[in-house]
Amino acid sequence: MNILYRVFIDPFMQMGQAPDLLVQTLWEGLVAGVLYALIALGFVLIFKASGVFNFAQGIMVVFAALTLVGLHALLRKWGVSSGMVAAYLALAITIVVMFALAWCIERAILRPLVNQPDIILFMATFGLTYFLVGLGELVFGGEPKSMITEDLGLPRGAIEIKMLGGFVSLQKIDIAAAVIASVMVTSLALFFQKTRIGRALRAVADSHKAALSVGISLEQVWVVVWFAAGIVALTTGIMWGARSSVSFALEIVAFKALPVLVLGGLTSIPGAIVGGLIIGIGEKLGEFYWGPLLGSGIEAWFAYLIALIFLLVRPQGLFGERIIERI
Amino acid sequence: MRIKMFGAACAMALVGSAFAIPAQAQDSIFIPLLSYRTGPFAGSGIPIANGMNDYLSMLNERDGGIGGVKIAIEECETGYDTNKGLECYEKLKAKKPVVINPYSTGITLGLIPKAAVDKIPILSMAYGLSASADGNNFPWIFNPPATYWDGLSMILKYIGEKEGGIDKLKGKTIGYIFFEGGYGREPIPLLENLAKDFGFEIKLYPVTAQEMQNQSAQWLNVRRDRPAWMIMWGWGAMNPTAVKEAAKINFPMDKFVGVWWSGGEDDARPAGADAKGYLTLNMNGVGAQYPAIQDIMKHVVDKGKSQTAKDKVGENLYNRGVMNSVLMAEAVLNAQKITGRKAVTGEDVRRGFETLEISAARWKEIGLGDFAGPLKVTCANHNGHHAAYMQQWDGTKWVKASDWITPMTDKVQPLLTAASTEYVTKATGWPKRTEACDKAS
Repeated sequence: MNILYRVFIDPFMQMGQAPDLLVQTLWEGLVAGVLYALIALGFVLIFKASGVFNFAQGIMVVFAALTLVGLHALLRKWGVSSGMVAAYLALAITIVVMFALAWCIERAILRPLVNQPDIILFMATFGLTYFLVGLGELVFGGEPKSMITEDLGLPRGAIEIKMLGGFVSLQKIDIAAAVIASVMVTSLALFFQKTRIGRALRAVADSHKAALSVGISLEQVWVVVWFAAGIVALTTGIMWGARSSVSFALEIVAFKALPVLVLGGLTSIPGAIVGGLIIGIGEKLGEFYWGPLLGSGIEAWFAYLIALIFLLVRPQGLFGERIIERI
Repeated sequence: MRIKMFGAACAMALVGSAFAIPAQAQDSIFIPLLSYRTGPFAGSGIPIANGMNDYLSMLNERDGGIGGVKIAIEECETGYDTNKGLECYEKLKAKKPVVINPYSTGITLGLIPKAAVDKIPILSMAYGLSASADGNNFPWIFNPPATYWDGLSMILKYIGEKEGGIDKLKGKTIGYIFFEGGYGREPIPLLENLAKDFGFEIKLYPVTAQEMQNQSAQWLNVRRDRPAWMIMWGWGAMNPTAVKEAAKINFPMDKFVGVWWSGGEDDARPAGADAKGYLTLNMNGVGAQYPAIQDIMKHVVDKGKSQTAKDKVGENLYNRGVMNSVLMAEAVLNAQKITGRKAVTGEDVRRGFETLEISAARWKEIGLGDFAGPLKVTCANHNGHHAAYMQQWDGTKWVKASDWITPMTDKVQPLLTAASTEYVTKATGWPKRTEACDKAS
């Protein structure tokens, strides 16, 4: 009886007793959720265009953030006196690097493996992961680095709002992360819905052969999509790096997007967004209100639990179509 | 003809190897370093590996090794992964190492049963299994200068002092945020015991490897529970994130205390001024002003024989690595004295560790005067349970914030003896100690 009370009654009583903490938890979940959505979007874009589950998305986050921070340090060393100028120069060069990476991946991995089974392409992204880990460590070293938050003009500090008999603290960097991630997600969604290249991407996603037959360049679409995933990785790296530090541990954070993909599906952009928010908010509420019952530290698997519960109700995922096949 | 040639080749190989094996044994002492320069724990692993490697390299360059015998150094990358660490050990043991540094509590726990079988002593300096301080049950394991249980008792002593007496802890809540693994769980039995003894409540906040950079939920729990003090057993990317999150919820940083493995510069630096006041235990000096570290600069770093950036020499975890190598070098030196042999073996170095004593005068002689406290290991006590001090982040660097704090031996020792007995009882067929004690110990 006591257990039932602690599971079904007490958490809700706590929510009522300290509503400021509930709002704070929802906010933390929202910020995490937006960032998960951004990472999931990287996976979805590539899967839609090339049918590849890109295992390297996590390391692309690390690689992009390390390139930015490393180039910034290098430019300062070479005499660029203004931190902000160095930061934006480094950002521009990093974007070029991410484009070059996309081009190289298309040339060296996708093109030679075209028409190979999906599992081969999936395994190739494992190879890409380890290559980028090695390259990153060789060029930038394994030490954690501080994100150049101030030089990028990102805000620091917090806004404290007194409300509901307590206070809610909103970190300015979290507000910036939520806004930037939302803008990015919306722009990418619009880009792929409204532009010619976006329509080409959707055509490629539906059928490679049909897309080729109407003159769509597979190579071009792949480069664009991997580049977009690179930009998403860079944004995630900046935001998450500013919240903690830039290190290879960020790669693990990127895999927090996996339950989002289970929930939202691998092919749905709205699925990635809504799934990210559900997972982000759900895991924070779970850890905060139900975690102590299980000794805390449940966040890592609770996200999967949420996804699986959703799948029980909607096996096709959040926005997937129910596919009925004759067997 | 072919058979003849094959026979000749085999004979040459046999003759060659017969010469090669003793030659290697005569010419050098093999000290492998299990390190992690990659992955999520590299931030903590790199400075330690650099410090360990550079000190041994300096001995090679400056003194021609230890007692005139060159040290063969080889790193094996574990990524702080227990399975990889055990693979490294299996690979390296064929080369007859005289000591193994696992640099991970998980790897140490995996190697403890192997040490006596393979006759290779394990040095887990201020980490690993606290109970392995009992030399009678663990003759091959050494964990000086203090165990995790000693460290926890020192932290509680410090907290008690700040609260106006250890009895003032009664009724208070103390939070413990820790890496969810062998390392972070190690102090919990003592913490639970001390909570009963002193009447405080404990709140546990585990951080899994996946959540090291995503701790907002844990710190929201801290905000709700409002502990009077927070204690941290963090490692790698967990440390800087925890410090940032603590600052984010306005937790008073001078009431946030980490163990000695949570006190690297890169742990506090990302939070910068927000981390001002954050405290951690320490057992070694910080800075490059010590003559031995200047020798490292001169003989190793300046000559481009190190992986360390010049500005990182003397940082806290770098110096911790140096201290680790000093203990190994002194144990080898002891072993050479005891046996009269220059090319010592793992069995000899075990005896060297059991007679290890570094007085204040000896630290000075080494070129590390006032770098660490006097240290003594004996046949029965493989740890020494020595003191540590508290350091505090001033916004840009670590500064000493207390005198040396001794552990609560009266609280730690009974638990340690019981844990050692329990370990040995549970481990089927655990060998009784047969190794004789040398006179000096």
